[in-house]
Amino acid sequence: MIGALITRDVRRAIGGAAWLPVGFFLVVATLVPFAVGPDPRLLERIAAGGLWIAALTAALLPIERLVEPDRANGVLDQLTLRGVSEEAVGAAKVAAHWLTFGPLLLLAALPSSFILGIAPAALGRTLAALAIGTPGLAALAVMVASLTAGLPRAGALAGVLLLPLAIPLLIFGAGASGDPESGGLLLEGAVSLLLVAASPFVIGAAIRASRT
Amino acid sequence: MTPLLRFDGVTCRRGGRLLFEGMNLEIGPGEAVHLGGPNGSGKSSLIRLAAGLLRTEAGSVERSELALADEALALDRELPLRRALAFWIGDATRLDEALGALDLRRLAHVPARLLSTGQAKRATLARVAASGAPLWLLDEPLNGLDPDGVERLDALIAEHRNSGGAVFAASHAPLAGSWAHMVLTA
Repeated sequence: MIGALITRDVRRAIGGAAWLPVGFFLVVATLVPFAVGPDPRLLERIAAGGLWIAALTAALLPIERLVEPDRANGVLDQLTLRGVSEEAVGAAKVAAHWLTFGPLLLLAALPSSFILGIAPAALGRTLAALAIGTPGLAALAVMVASLTAGLPRAGALAGVLLLPLAIPLLIFGAGASGDPESGGLLLEGAVSLLLVAASPFVIGAAIRASRT
Repeated sequence: MTPLLRFDGVTCRRGGRLLFEGMNLEIGPGEAVHLGGPNGSGKSSLIRLAAGLLRTEAGSVERSELALADEALALDRELPLRRALAFWIGDATRLDEALGALDLRRLAHVPARLLSTGQAKRATLARVAASGAPLWLLDEPLNGLDPDGVERLDALIAEHRNSGGAVFAASHAPLAGSWAHMVLTA
């Protein structure tokens, strides 16, 4: 049942909404040179930060479709009746969301890096930092989606919840993109791992609490 | 004979209001209980308690494997009906039997989002009929059903009871066959 749930979520995302965050990421990254001007030295300095801000805002977009439709439509209830624990549902949702979010975001990061003029030497580091951050971002997005499912104005609330919680990822991720000696990559990996590990339990508790 | 559903001194409180208290109930194989009561008396809450989707305030509930049909369709809207149901029902033979029993075969390739209220109700009942679970929980199973649908549901329930299954149904309207009655007060 877990495998079927992951397959289903991936199929539904690829069929439509998964491309939206990617397009949004590209648009935000493109805005940076327009906003700060074309000076290559300045752009190179702020490029990694720009990419991370684009990634965080892109992570917000899919939140409303991650959990709420399945709650409102009774899918979460039917899964529970089939003996699938809410925690397992949470783990499946995180996995499926990452599969349709992480790889596509990394793909979009390539042209974005070019637009922002990231030096070839730093490109690998930047992409690695983003890659390590995406599981954490995906877990955070599903956690926030489950906590806000069924609430009025959930979309705006999700932004207020997710962005502050993403600050540790942002600090270590952007730091690791800029400076190879900083050890930021390890700390970012630790934060990402913590978010992924905690997510099934947070999501499980949130699903149970949202039942009426 | 072990009961398929058993309430032992169950108390339910929703939003600070006491709905019922110290409730005992046993439904064994072949038995069917019809749950009545005015709007807001807690029929749906009782069904969801029985399903294990709500927690009791006090007391305990024992249940066998069960299937639930309520207001929620729980099918992917973009998928054709048969494929959407197949997500829940792995056994293709049972699924086709249930589709036939509720006269849904001609809708098998219609996307679930295009189903009418009555057709959607038939689809949720088909999921229960095909589940193979010994205990059926039905919350307002007659809502939106036409007379033909009601007749088909009555036949399915009779067959399910004959083969040792049990049914617990909350409904305002009577269902065919012999039912034990239970009424909640507001």
